[in-house]
Amino acid sequence: MLRFILRRLILGGVVMFGVALVTFFIARVIPSDPAAKWAGPRATPEQIAKARAELGLDQPLIIQFGTYLLDLAQGNLGYSLRTRRPVALELAESLPATIELVLISTFAAVFIGLPLGVLSAKYKDRLVDHLSRLFSIGAVSLPTFWIGLILQLLFARTLQWFPMGGQLSTEIKLTMEIPRITGFLTLDSLISGNFVILLDALWHLVLPGITIGVYPVGLVARMTRSALLEILSEDYITAARSYGLQERVILWSYALKNSLGPTSTVVALSIGYTLVNTFLTETIFTWPGIGSYVATAVIGLDYPAIMGVTIFSAFSYVVLNLISDLIVALDPRVRMS
Amino acid sequence: MLARFSEVYQSLSPGLRELRLTLYLLNRNALQRASLIVIAFLVVVAILAPWIAPYPSHAFSATNPQDKLLPPSSRYLMGTDELGRDLFSRIIFGTRISLQTALVAVGLALLIGVPLGAVAGGLGGWVDELIMRITDVFLSFPPLLLAIAIAAFLGPSLGNAMLAIAISWWPWYTRIIRGQAVSVRERQFVRAALAIGAPMSRIIFRHILPNTMAPVIVQASMDLGGVILTIAALSFLGLGAQPPTPEWGLLISTSRTYFLNAWWYSTFPGIAIFVTVLAFNLIGDGIREVLDPRTRKF
Repeated sequence: MLRFILRRLILGGVVMFGVALVTFFIARVIPSDPAAKWAGPRATPEQIAKARAELGLDQPLIIQFGTYLLDLAQGNLGYSLRTRRPVALELAESLPATIELVLISTFAAVFIGLPLGVLSAKYKDRLVDHLSRLFSIGAVSLPTFWIGLILQLLFARTLQWFPMGGQLSTEIKLTMEIPRITGFLTLDSLISGNFVILLDALWHLVLPGITIGVYPVGLVARMTRSALLEILSEDYITAARSYGLQERVILWSYALKNSLGPTSTVVALSIGYTLVNTFLTETIFTWPGIGSYVATAVIGLDYPAIMGVTIFSAFSYVVLNLISDLIVALDPRVRMS
Repeated sequence: MLARFSEVYQSLSPGLRELRLTLYLLNRNALQRASLIVIAFLVVVAILAPWIAPYPSHAFSATNPQDKLLPPSSRYLMGTDELGRDLFSRIIFGTRISLQTALVAVGLALLIGVPLGAVAGGLGGWVDELIMRITDVFLSFPPLLLAIAIAAFLGPSLGNAMLAIAISWWPWYTRIIRGQAVSVRERQFVRAALAIGAPMSRIIFRHILPNTMAPVIVQASMDLGGVILTIAALSFLGLGAQPPTPEWGLLISTSRTYFLNAWWYSTFPGIAIFVTVLAFNLIGDGIREVLDPRTRKF
């Protein structure tokens, strides 16, 4: 087990190195004049020259890459062109709001998508299966940003059940002291026992939460169904049935446990999707997270900020996949191969 | 009827036979038949766009300010936008753009991915190892992220968006082709070609490659829905099509300023994307089911 974990960790390191190499190529080798990009669209020739020296563009590529890696290792992602503040700092500030959304969507994926997939597999080719498949294939065919706009139109504008956007109502922001402990608004208000703020925050989470959750629910339901169907046709399931074990035990205990591998992989994949989908959702709901940050950066062609978010998201995705690999490795059959 | 079908079926070459059978089986499922019809319809709409659209001049830069932001009516079926252009005409032209760009992006991805996969699987050894580790790195980016980063650095335009999608999509095809090539390499005819001293490049591209294409073509056609969604997302972020191109994602993005008082502006382009992507995804599911012997039903 230990050897397996060690091997996976080394492999993860190699992949991270590769990710750094690819991002380096995108930022420094693809553009014809990286310094001009780095200094921004309205930079003066002096500023561009300064950026060139700062990036070490006069050095050979291999040395540039070395400095690039050193910077990454120290968490130095450069300075935003818009605010002139360190990108890493700005990312850290907007991370909690995004993590709240990602957690909601992952919860939905696991607690709605997974059971839906199991039901679908259990009642294959029956009405439940058809409905659940239609729902899940519809869910992965909808543009995320469009769901957000339609929800706003229906539930915020027409019915006025939920707010248009933001994390808190303006009255609360103006009249109450917002607790800042961990940076996670819901958690902080819970810790400080401020239930007015907690309710308001949850109320603001509903529409963005649904918007971002639709895709992962559909994805996980689809993948769980196909993984389970494969397992349900295995001999040991037939054997378990012939022993007279309850169908419930077979399905939820035997089959689902054995589909843990593919399922944890798809949950990691769905978190990856969600992270990027926040880029499309947060601006719609003026949600102060990484997604809004990158959307603003894209509009202003703030290259250091775009690159910072890319590197951060890619690295977190690699770590996620590593974790899911380790979960898969709980299955001894995987370790053996 | 069935006898006639099997007669025709036997007379076709193996590749065509498989294609015919697949289409035949797809056609038997109502939902998939509907999807095939929808896709055929969209292709016709795309080709005939200038003749179908009620106001072809509205598709691009013509403006018509006295009719701005009008709700759907018999004159403007889907209403008008902030410059008074007919939304229906713009969405019809958008079909053309979405299908075209998706085809080009997938085509480019195939152009990069297929030869690399054939070389990796055909040669084996360290070349194989190197190419496959590179695909691993590309696949370790979250979906869409790489395309966003590349499109941002190439500069916002529809062409660059297609290129960006191709660069982030090719590793999937490399993997499929490589897997096929590894098994084809062991077949008799490849060994025979090796034995008579055919050069490796000829063996890979003349003997191995053609025998690995079927699954990758299937996969590519299934990917079209996802690619259309990706292009719309890039355009929504401002990294794809630029105004006045009537691209669906861009239409939705522009509509954000007005949609609270003009529900039609966001709604119809979104429905267009949904119906198109859903049709491609349903067909993709159907193909997967038909090709998998465990789920194939006669």
